[in-house]
Amino acid sequence: MSDLNFTDQTFKSEVLESSEPVIVDFWAPWCGPCRIVSPIIDELAAEYAGKIKVGKLNVDENPQTSGQYGIMSIPSIVFFKNGQPIRTMIGAQSKENYKKEIEEILGN
Amino acid sequence: MYDVIIIGSGPAGLTAAIYTTRANLKTLLIAGVKWGGQLQLTTLVENYPGFAEGIQGPDLMTAMRKQAERFGAEIKDVDFKTADFSKPPFKVSADIESFEGKSVIIATGADTKWLDVPGEKEKIGRGVSSCAPCDAFFFKGKNVIVVGGGDSAMEEALVLTKFAKEITIIHRRDEFKASQIMLDRAKKNPKIKFILNSEVIEVLGQDKVSGVKIKNNKTNQVSEMPVDGIFVAIGHIPNSSAFKGIDVDEKGFIKVSDHYKTNIDGVFVAGDVHDNHYKQAVTAAGFGCSAALEAERWLSNNEG
Repeated sequence: MSDLNFTDQTFKSEVLESSEPVIVDFWAPWCGPCRIVSPIIDELAAEYAGKIKVGKLNVDENPQTSGQYGIMSIPSIVFFKNGQPIRTMIGAQSKENYKKEIEEILGN
Repeated sequence: MYDVIIIGSGPAGLTAAIYTTRANLKTLLIAGVKWGGQLQLTTLVENYPGFAEGIQGPDLMTAMRKQAERFGAEIKDVDFKTADFSKPPFKVSADIESFEGKSVIIATGADTKWLDVPGEKEKIGRGVSSCAPCDAFFFKGKNVIVVGGGDSAMEEALVLTKFAKEITIIHRRDEFKASQIMLDRAKKNPKIKFILNSEVIEVLGQDKVSGVKIKNNKTNQVSEMPVDGIFVAIGHIPNSSAFKGIDVDEKGFIKVSDHYKTNIDGVFVAGDVHDNHYKQAVTAAGFGCSAALEAERWLSNNEG
């Protein structure tokens, strides 16, 4: 279970300045497809612990960050590396799709 | 070997699973990655009986799923790929796995029909949406359009009024399929405007939506309208194309005969993939129940 929740306040230190790649799940409680993705994100967090940081950002409570990265649809899964967003996956997708992307980013 | 394989996890599929498991039939439900069907893309469902104050669509689907699981349905969140109905047992493939079932209930529902105009596809999620409850939040103080004239178009527009500055419903006719109560709500809302007899022919913008080209069907006049968001609600396409050997009508809806049977013995159908008339959560659930009872009867007759 990923209990890592990013906020507008922690985004810089937790995501942008992270030494490992970070996956951010932009979500909100009123979004059905976000509920589909949420447990998948939790599983990924457990599987890739120590290799990649995985967390969630509630767009309702953190409008500044979601606005900054031009989020217009949720769920949006954004991959950050060295402080830069390098890939965005919009809409609920399969765990395999997310894993494929992660493996690529990790250079496996 | 399963007694029943149900393909689809909307109200039809999950209701079917509740009935087959309670009949002690070994049941596999192939739910799809985006399980829960169209109700996952809604907010308050006010016409599903039993919920006096309404229920959130995603909450309703989560409850239905838990109910099916409680009675032993095996639910896999994998996408259906192909089925071989040429001879029993039927083979159903999903992603990398294959399964065998003595009977099958097709409950794959229907997916958003997009406008299919230039500029649309690449901007899905970048201003083009089919889910106002998910995405309306990102259009605070902005101008958006909703395309369509049915209940879902009215609902999308009403959801958007909580955030957007102005919502214009663009509809190709001057009559509406929407129910009177939904149409009245939309018409009464000061944020909602209507452009009738008109179609969106192009979505404009580079990285995200900046406007649309609209053609008036009566005058053939084309105009441009600057907007930040486009919510598409022009209907749905039945998810029937992957089923080889199953008869469909000219619009792709699976043909049904004699109580939810398809043209293949032992393959049943329920919900929006065959229903071109009602398309309600409660009718889909009813169809799912009926198909499950028919499958149960068919299995007991065939196993003697």
